[in-house]
Amino acid sequence: MDAAAITRALTRMAHEIDERNPDDAGIAFIGIRTHGVPLAQRLASILKHNFPTGELDITMHRDDIALRGAPVVGPSHVPFDVTGKTIVLVDDVLFTGRSIRAALDEITDFGRPKQIQLAVLIDRGHRELPIRPDYVGKNVPTALAERVTVRLTEVDGKDEVMIER
Amino acid sequence: MKIKNGHVIDPANGIDEIRDICIAAGKIAAASDDNEVIDATGKLVVPGLIDMHVHLREPGRSDKETVETGTLCAARGGFTSVVCMPNTSPVADNTGTIAFIKQRTAHVNVFPTGAITKELKGEELAPIGSLKKAGIVAITDDGHCVQNNDLMRRAVEYAKMFDLPVLDHCQDYNLVADGVVHEGYWSNALGLRGWPATGEDVIVARNILLAELTDWCIHCQHITSARSVQLIREAKQRDVKISAEACPHHFTLTDECVKTYDTNFKMNPPLRTERDRQALLEGLADGTIEIIGSDHAPHCNYEKEVEFDVAPFGITGLETELALSLELVRKKLLTMPALIEKFTTKPATLLRLKKGTLSVGADADVTIIDPDFEWTYDVTQSASKSRNSPFHGWPLRGKALRTIIGGVTKFQ
Amino acid sequence: MKPTWQHKHLLGIQELSADEIVFLLDAAKAFKEVGERSVKKVPSLRGKTIINLFIEPSTRTRTSFELAAKRLSADVINITATSSSLVKGETLKDTALNLQALNADMIVIRHSAAGAPHFLAKFLKASVINAGDGAHEHPTQALLDAFTIREKRGRIQGLNVTILGDILYSRVARSNIWLLTKLGAHVTLAGPSTLVPRVFEEFGCRVTHDIEEAIRDADVINLLRIQHERQRKTMFPSIGEYTAMYGLNKDRFTRTKPDVLIMHPGPINRGVEIDSDIADSVRSVILEQVTNGLAVRMAVLFLCAGGKHED
Repeated sequence: MDAAAITRALTRMAHEIDERNPDDAGIAFIGIRTHGVPLAQRLASILKHNFPTGELDITMHRDDIALRGAPVVGPSHVPFDVTGKTIVLVDDVLFTGRSIRAALDEITDFGRPKQIQLAVLIDRGHRELPIRPDYVGKNVPTALAERVTVRLTEVDGKDEVMIER
Repeated sequence: MKIKNGHVIDPANGIDEIRDICIAAGKIAAASDDNEVIDATGKLVVPGLIDMHVHLREPGRSDKETVETGTLCAARGGFTSVVCMPNTSPVADNTGTIAFIKQRTAHVNVFPTGAITKELKGEELAPIGSLKKAGIVAITDDGHCVQNNDLMRRAVEYAKMFDLPVLDHCQDYNLVADGVVHEGYWSNALGLRGWPATGEDVIVARNILLAELTDWCIHCQHITSARSVQLIREAKQRDVKISAEACPHHFTLTDECVKTYDTNFKMNPPLRTERDRQALLEGLADGTIEIIGSDHAPHCNYEKEVEFDVAPFGITGLETELALSLELVRKKLLTMPALIEKFTTKPATLLRLKKGTLSVGADADVTIIDPDFEWTYDVTQSASKSRNSPFHGWPLRGKALRTIIGGVTKFQ
Repeated sequence: MKPTWQHKHLLGIQELSADEIVFLLDAAKAFKEVGERSVKKVPSLRGKTIINLFIEPSTRTRTSFELAAKRLSADVINITATSSSLVKGETLKDTALNLQALNADMIVIRHSAAGAPHFLAKFLKASVINAGDGAHEHPTQALLDAFTIREKRGRIQGLNVTILGDILYSRVARSNIWLLTKLGAHVTLAGPSTLVPRVFEEFGCRVTHDIEEAIRDADVINLLRIQHERQRKTMFPSIGEYTAMYGLNKDRFTRTKPDVLIMHPGPINRGVEIDSDIADSVRSVILEQVTNGLAVRMAVLFLCAGGKHED
């Protein structure tokens, strides 16, 4: 995907979020670090309602510490009460689903949302857990050995999605 | 037997050449009394080596070592005579203990020392005269040190009567306190309590002055400090009856070794700095330190495998002593005869032993050495009951190939 | 190479590189944030067994490690000297092997013998975390001190840090010396000559026995307790003399920099090394050190649990 395609996808997703959740007052976006964060902020700004946004670092909730070793862990920043809200959880690539599971655990530590919906820019398949997205930018079937890399201007200086073999 | 064609080094007789040595009826003789011939081509043939500082641990701690296992180590190390220390349990401050030691099975000649003070407490003299009759060759409180200078003076005067040299483990208890390693950069970095070199120097100085006062021999055991070497050198120049010994671990290792908290580097006196080590090498080279001894100090595994602070002091050493000492010749600090002297004539003279020479009529105690033999020290194969050596796995050069005592091969 | 953490044990600051220290301090920020949530728990070490083996008594360090482990969802057991079989003559090695037989994942040890954690690390499969070994090191204390300084000042490099008190017998001093010099601070050690010998200059520190000189240009003053249990009476005449000559009293405080940070590993002896009012003043970060200690210890447990096997 190039920059224009990303923008189109995000715009469509934002409108889908708006349609699905007529009760505007109760929406909040939480992006999963790293690339989920700017995506969450973009979705929120497209909708122009000043919906609150937060950042989640899921390193402490991962289930693979012993396997990976040496994790880089940062603080989460959720500057609003999640209880009673419809949280739109945002990530760049949905793959095995384990990151989303960790994020769900962490959000419930902050409070009790009314609903959690999942928005991802790319769904590349190969789920290992029963997790499904509510809003998808693009479905991209991939082989396990391939790598899907999302680059965003806020983090990497440009917008693009690449598949590398 | 006849030992053919070896490079014979006999400092007592000034011999340093290829020649044959003949043994008959357990003595060195002009001709051999049987047909046994040992080819010593390319090897050194020297008077049986003497180690005047070993702990055989009997009576009392035969779990660590026995006279039998300790002397087997000695034989493997090329030593035909050992002088054992009195800090046994009970202490060798009574004739019964001396008799006990003398009748234990031994692979080499064992010469016991007696205590200076009862129970090594440094308070009352031990029955030195009776101990002499029982067969001691010197008195020492090794492991401990008489702190009361007047008592030490009287002990030396008394020992003089019996022609007994006094050996001293030089340690001022107050300066040393509960130090476990040398006081310096490393004790500071590791947070371990330090044993300042001055704790040794102060007693060496005391001994020099008392030797002068009493005109008798005091031998400073296991010297480790540069200042001690200097004091002894200066005193010997004035012909004071002071002598010194050094241990291979002190002239091979330094206090930096302790940085892993491995208790196989914990001994008393401790490993010191490179500067001290160089001073020891200089002292060995110029004759200030005339004797080398191992201070072979076995301890059980479970005693050493503890926190550094509480581990007992000491390492074994009889089997690695020769190879480490041969380094001094390889580094051109000593000639081979000068090194051999430190294991033969010097200790024999000090202790009035009729050993350490290959003169005709002397006891046939002979060590055959291959100075270039390359081997790796495997402590798990040691003859000792204990395994506390820092040299496990070290590649070494030089080994005794055959140890002969009274004409009988005890090790090969 | 990206700075990362590969250690299974935390035995001392001496073995760490500046990059590793910074990596850990950055991670600690995240764990500090966990302590500010209403659910102060993360599942990272769920199911792990952590044993606090405190042969030398300590309530505050032990509590801090216990809480850190619990906030990471680990199971914690506290073993103190009096309650342990060491009293019955069991060796430290046997005690540790028995704990290993319970499949402990991490052992946090405080012991009066320097090198005790290194000793355990040689034969245990578990991670060994040094909570203070004799006079040698107290790595988590130095880390939390550094975290506090960085939080307040943004950096360690180039700061003038004075450590005041009984340096010779202090593991807190040694760990701080290693850490601060690695990160580029200018370290001054101050106290009586018997407790602050010149040999410390070999560690890259300035040594002074003049308190005025020591505090005048300090950005940070770290006060150490006078240790009764390890100090012998031969080292210093009396507490009264120490307080008069080296205590941070109100008068001396007026000659420190206006933005100086006052730190202390605790517990404080009010009126001895520090005047009571100063301990409570706005310049004192002593209580924040406690909060930061929890975050730092969580980071240590978290990172070491993921660490690789080391030789």
